[in-house]
Amino acid sequence: MSSSNRLGMSLVWSELWVLFRRWRTLAMLGAIALIPVFLALAVYWSSDTLAPGEGPPFLDRVSQNGLFVGYTSTILALPLFLPLTIGVVAGDTIAGEANQGTLRYLLISPAGRIRLLITKFIGAIAFVIAGTATLMIAGAIIGSILFPVGPVTLISGDVISVAESVWRMALVASYTTVSMLGLVAIGMFISTLTVVPVGAMAATVVLSGVSQILDNIPQLELIHEFLFTHYWLGFVDLLRQPIDYASFGSNALLQLAYVVIFGALAYSRFASKDILS
Amino acid sequence: MTSAENYAVWTSELTKQFGGQTAVNKINLAVPKGSVFGFLGPNGSGKTTTIRMLLGLADATDGEIELLGNKMPKQAEQALPRVGALVEGPAFYPYLSGKVNLRRLDSASKNADPKTREQRIDRALAKVGLTNAANKKVHKYSLGMKQRLGIANALLQERDLLVLDEPTNGLDPQGTREVRNLIRSLSSDGTTILVSSHLLSEIEQLCSHVAVMSAGKIVAQGSLAELQAQNQTYLKVVTPDAEKTLKALTDAGMKPKQETKHGLEIFTSEVEHGFDGDEVLRKLLKAKIKIKSFAVEQASLEDRFVDLTGEGFDVVQ
Repeated sequence: MSSSNRLGMSLVWSELWVLFRRWRTLAMLGAIALIPVFLALAVYWSSDTLAPGEGPPFLDRVSQNGLFVGYTSTILALPLFLPLTIGVVAGDTIAGEANQGTLRYLLISPAGRIRLLITKFIGAIAFVIAGTATLMIAGAIIGSILFPVGPVTLISGDVISVAESVWRMALVASYTTVSMLGLVAIGMFISTLTVVPVGAMAATVVLSGVSQILDNIPQLELIHEFLFTHYWLGFVDLLRQPIDYASFGSNALLQLAYVVIFGALAYSRFASKDILS
Repeated sequence: MTSAENYAVWTSELTKQFGGQTAVNKINLAVPKGSVFGFLGPNGSGKTTTIRMLLGLADATDGEIELLGNKMPKQAEQALPRVGALVEGPAFYPYLSGKVNLRRLDSASKNADPKTREQRIDRALAKVGLTNAANKKVHKYSLGMKQRLGIANALLQERDLLVLDEPTNGLDPQGTREVRNLIRSLSSDGTTILVSSHLLSEIEQLCSHVAVMSAGKIVAQGSLAELQAQNQTYLKVVTPDAEKTLKALTDAGMKPKQETKHGLEIFTSEVEHGFDGDEVLRKLLKAKIKIKSFAVEQASLEDRFVDLTGEGFDVVQ
């Protein structure tokens, strides 16, 4: 028996293989890639130039520097589209296997319930990484085709080199990935409650919407910093000079708390669940 | 209480309740090692729920389970790698090929050696005759092919116990016969096989031992020979001479039932187990009765099954 298998890596590779071979996964990544493409084309073809500060953050800068396409696309994708695709993947984790009947065969194999749950979590995170990377890479490609590329002027007014800007893109992608961990954990927990994957997906996406709405009601300020969507747009702080890591830290801590709580709930539910599908 | 070590599957007072309903009611199942064990019962009698508990998919409400000497579900990690199973029909990823599906399920097991994986998959596919369809997507498989792939999955590793829930479901007569042969050959290699079915002729041909479940309880259990010994034996005489035969049989102390079919009279009479028909036959011949057929028969397993589980569709309350 090989050591990689003892750690259960076979199942992780298999999970990634099955996830990324699926048409649905590839279609969602393709749709994510279309966001920067549409954005860039719309800016390219529109005759009016935006006044500085008009429209969503950075949109006014896209035509001057193609490297901004990725950042702007992230802002556009964050409230709905990215959580939607992540809701689909996280909601499908357990419920999808249960609905298909493959869950019973995985468990008889035996996959081990904790091991399966962790594997599914890793798979969903891999999708999040793929999604945020797709936004950035597709943005950089279309941006450099349509617009000039050069040193980037940050919100603070400082100018950074192209190489430094690529590093910031990677930082923003990691920030966004971390931002989605809480949602992934919530989606997985809901997924252990049902054998109807579409229900788990919808519930996950709805929760991300509800959290964002609550975050926008000033009277509820007391709970704002505990909402898992609260720091989603905080990646903007990574585009300052010097980089402000404060929101990265608070965000990571908050997401960790959500992962621990909903991971524990998912485990306690899944560990004792009768698999009757 | 019997010692569990001679049994591949052993349960004590195993019970499962769903809400207020008792699906499995204090059953003591004992599947001897090396046996082909037929698990019978009408739909809804609790067979599949029992199998789910045996395999650790569902928790027992009460009672104990030992699977290959391991307590379930506590020692599932020790027991399950030695168990191959087909439970409530095959299930696969429709968008993957048969081969990739097996690769996926095999990689789920920590005990499956990745180095021999491809080889074991090819062998299992060959055993069920799916080598040519190995690279076809499962959604293009027929029901019978999916069933075979399910059996191939159960055979991915050397197993001490196979649990096959309705293994011939959806198979054509050739496929059914092949599965039967496969079960026989696996059994002769020493694998214990627990096969649940409602096809009684199937069980009668295959099994060395039988348990019958009805409404959550085991109503009969033992070797097939033991069970058949309890079946009623009949004398059956087919003849055109109704009156003379009736008289001869009544004189011999029988109370035959009579029915007419195709212009012939059919007399059936319950007799003792081990009944010798020679004497009666001699009497009938002596009385110059024309005999079309004369036989001492045992009630089939099906008759016994219906005796035990009730007649008609509403057998489970």
